[in-house]
Amino acid sequence: MLNKGVPVSGQMDSYSPAKINQLLENDETAAVMEITMTGPTIQFDAPTCICFGGAEMSVTLNNEPVSPFKVYSIKQGDILSYGRLKKGFRNYLGIKNGFLTERILGSRSFFFPLSEKSHLTDGMEIDYEAITDFIPKLSELRVDAPLDDTVLKVTIGPEHGLLTDDQLDVLFQSEFSIAKENNRMAYRLNENLAQHHISILTSCTMPGTVQLTPSGKIIILMQDGQTTGGYPRILQLTDEAMDILAQKKHGDKISFKFS
Amino acid sequence: MNNYDINIRPFGSHAILMEWPNRVEESILEDILEFISVLKTKVNIAEWETVPAYNSLTLICRKQAIPFEELKKQLQIWYNEENSVVKTERFLWRLPVCYDLDFGIDLLEVSEQLGMSIAQVIEMHTSHKYTVYGIGFLPGFMYLGGLPKELEVQRKNTPRLKVTKGSVGLAARQTGIYPQESPGGWNIIGNCSVPMFDADADTPCFVSVGDQVQFYAIERAEYDLHMIEAEVGIYKREKIPIHA
Repeated sequence: MLNKGVPVSGQMDSYSPAKINQLLENDETAAVMEITMTGPTIQFDAPTCICFGGAEMSVTLNNEPVSPFKVYSIKQGDILSYGRLKKGFRNYLGIKNGFLTERILGSRSFFFPLSEKSHLTDGMEIDYEAITDFIPKLSELRVDAPLDDTVLKVTIGPEHGLLTDDQLDVLFQSEFSIAKENNRMAYRLNENLAQHHISILTSCTMPGTVQLTPSGKIIILMQDGQTTGGYPRILQLTDEAMDILAQKKHGDKISFKFS
Repeated sequence: MNNYDINIRPFGSHAILMEWPNRVEESILEDILEFISVLKTKVNIAEWETVPAYNSLTLICRKQAIPFEELKKQLQIWYNEENSVVKTERFLWRLPVCYDLDFGIDLLEVSEQLGMSIAQVIEMHTSHKYTVYGIGFLPGFMYLGGLPKELEVQRKNTPRLKVTKGSVGLAARQTGIYPQESPGGWNIIGNCSVPMFDADADTPCFVSVGDQVQFYAIERAEYDLHMIEAEVGIYKREKIPIHA
């Protein structure tokens, strides 16, 4: 429903959830929990199987350390606990047949105010199917989550032609750093390009669209970003680049490269 | 279709942007909508998202990457074809607004800035038909064109952190409705009792780009009644087909 102003929403990183759902032999649309920077302590009230991965974080199951991209059997009363973030930014927790949050517009994703909540809070309960008979074909995967990658592959955006050769040089030969203004709607970069006076008639924007504001600020729209905008769209991130950017946080470095 | 000079460019690997001349005109918008109707007879539209706005149409294929050159040629051919049979369905929506000062928290200030009485502001706001040039910013947020010059007021210097859901506002050349509570810098002159976006409804957002909107004033009692009707699910929206 992009043409009614509803953002794409959903997971910021698609790479890790895909591997997780693959291991759990779930439908690719099975809902995962997105854990950003700090993670929860979760008690399971029914048996199931889980798998997590993405950012490197210390995770324990009943106080024993557990590994990413590995299927673990869960029994009633088991406790999964997230500790320190070591690398990356977003970790994903998958569960057999997905988390059963309310479907809104066909999606189980949270997007406030269309969904009641924007994120999980202390004490909340989430439904899932009790499973006792799942034996995975593969119990683990060697996965190289792109946490060390800093190069974002891009294609030209609709208003790419407005950039001068000098600005293009700066854009493709510089290293940029993520500003503290970063969230599911957009990531801002600390470094600016030159000011300009160009605005376009409001037009479509998508996750991955890189906008250039009149003051020269670079904004990269993410999954919850607005679906329309009036700032020039200079670049468009590839899906792969979005997965890399989703694992970046304030201060991390990135650079752009033509796909 | 009027055969404007259109430009077709790639927009990432999954989308293609079609751009009409850089002007805000109803006839351009109509041309875009007619083309969408033509497209529906040519492709499996379920595999595409079509995002029309002002002078552009973005076609997004989520499932797979688009063969740009091939599609560009095809789109140009379809656009150039004679096709007068295709009719687009557009509606005029009559939307009730309560302009009570409880809702229109900036109405007094706006009327003073414009040198009019409150009654005159309301009269002017409700006597024009506004065209929906785009929907974005928030689910169900309409970009409306056609605001008379006499109603142009600057955005508030300091935006509010929270604008009530349903608030009707004025800012520069725009008027519109905040479909959800949100931060906002517009001058609030009333509240619309019809939800512009309802995720639980069969049609979550009943307005489409190309439709028109006209506001009419209602008293507080009627506003409260609409709220109850909406909760129970019996509220009927007023729509009138627009004939080209």
